Amino acid sequence: MINIIARSEFKRLFNSPLAWSVLAILQFILALMFLMFIEEYIGFIQPQTATMDNPPSVTDIIVSPLYLWAGIIMLAVMPILTMRSFAEERMNKTLTLLLSSPLSSTQIVLGKFFGILFFIVLIVLMITLMPLGLSVGANLDWGKVATSSLGLFLLLSSFASAGIFLSSLTSQPIIAAVSSFGLLLFLVVLYLSGSSQSNSSELFIYLSHFSHFLPFLEGVFDTSDLVYYLLFITAFLVLAVRKLDNDRLIG
Amino acid sequence: MSTQALIEATALNRFYGKYHAVNDFNLTLHKGEVLGLLGPNGAGKSTTMQMLTGNISPSSGSVKINGIDLIDNPKQAKQSIGYLPEQPPVYRDLTPLEFLAYCAALHSIPKSNIKSAVENVVERCGLKDVTQKLIANLSKGYQQRVGIAQAILHQPDVVILDEPTVGLDPIQITQIRELIRELGKDHGVILSTHILPEVQAVCDRVQIINQGKTVFSDSLGQLSDRQSAQVLTVGFSKGGSKEQLSSLADVENVETLADDKYRLFYNNKPQGSDVYKLAVSQGWELNEIRMEVESLEQIFMQLIHSESPREDRLQSKIVKSGGGVL
Repeated sequence: MINIIARSEFKRLFNSPLAWSVLAILQFILALMFLMFIEEYIGFIQPQTATMDNPPSVTDIIVSPLYLWAGIIMLAVMPILTMRSFAEERMNKTLTLLLSSPLSSTQIVLGKFFGILFFIVLIVLMITLMPLGLSVGANLDWGKVATSSLGLFLLLSSFASAGIFLSSLTSQPIIAAVSSFGLLLFLVVLYLSGSSQSNSSELFIYLSHFSHFLPFLEGVFDTSDLVYYLLFITAFLVLAVRKLDNDRLIG
Repeated sequence: MSTQALIEATALNRFYGKYHAVNDFNLTLHKGEVLGLLGPNGAGKSTTMQMLTGNISPSSGSVKINGIDLIDNPKQAKQSIGYLPEQPPVYRDLTPLEFLAYCAALHSIPKSNIKSAVENVVERCGLKDVTQKLIANLSKGYQQRVGIAQAILHQPDVVILDEPTVGLDPIQITQIRELIRELGKDHGVILSTHILPEVQAVCDRVQIINQGKTVFSDSLGQLSDRQSAQVLTVGFSKGGSKEQLSSLADVENVETLADDKYRLFYNNKPQGSDVYKLAVSQGWELNEIRMEVESLEQIFMQLIHSESPREDRLQSKIVKSGGGVL
């Protein structure tokens, strides 16, 4: 059942120009950045570091920033994808279809979530095409590429779960998008303020989703980061399920 | 008629905050029955239907679908409900075929049967010409039909339709009514509407709701018995006398409407032939004889307004002027 909803959600994303334009613009911007990083590496960093004993690798200079920027851009893009899941259905009064079908709220929420997960996988794959292209002419650290991809996938999944929850709260897609963007940005600010020189805070850094993304970019796979993301995702999905159940009682 | 009720709703209550939207509502629906839910705007029809389909939970009371409790066992119970809400819940970016196939999958119709099930409802709801168009590009009437198709796709025992003929043209309305009557043969159908002729056209039984309460529940057959009110209007172009008319058998009272036009109040079923015989024997020229029918509309008005005394005067005016409109 979850599978059926997820597949339909994924397919319907592509029925509107939204998914296509998101993919195209994201790819265009990131490709430009990718080229910029390469140019900088060839023209500036490589000549300087060529004589060093342990020079920074191509992966560190080009690939890691690419994934980092992908994560930053998706802060703004993911809310637009997730706002559709409940807020838009409420606005179009189509949510009734799912609510009166023999489905539990958990199945509905998970269906929606996995639908977006498919799309996230697609985004990560498209981004990974760039380092793959680079591998023709350079020696890449495949381990780092793999952890970066996994990290980006987890980061975007956490965005999606938060977005789905906020989308379940309202019947106005715009409100859902703005509030999700606000929440995601707030977590980034937590990281920035936590890691600032004057009043650094371990707690703020821990709470922020970006702090758990950065180790992945450095090629470090720490299960505690994985657990953080799993908890983050589960928490928001459970909240969304509760909200749907509650709607029947109060709404 | 099977012994077990398809829907058995007992003592349903629903509050929105302090607002008591549905008050002690009871409903039973048997197989082969079309039940019309009537009521003015805001009477609680849609809330009731949402409760019967598990879209919202009642504040108290229970709903049993086919003997399965909707609140304890929602998944199983919903399997036998088909629901068309006020606004058809259709995805505008899909074609009817895609949409109906998705709905079929949601109701766990096996993959091999989906195609035939979809073809079946496409045929029944007259969607053949538009299967490849996007739902967004369909007219309101066709969208409504897609909504109805969605509701009957999985052959549910109970079909619940919230104002199914809204936005349809007269031809489509007739088609949909035929479809509903056809559905009523082997399913149970609940239909909400505020179009009174529609109820008379398709329903076996009618339940009138006002301010969240059931104010009338009866079969239409009995209603039509009640309807034959005991008033006869007669008019003469020549002759006619109040005294002689009131001496007729069973006549309780005679009211003079205009010159040579009278209303005869019977305490029994009116006997038109008596008036005719009298007219012949007296040499009167009878030019009008009409039974005043108490229409569903009148009953509706009386019931709705008896609850709100302030509007009583208005109501009695409406009833007088609306006599025999239907």
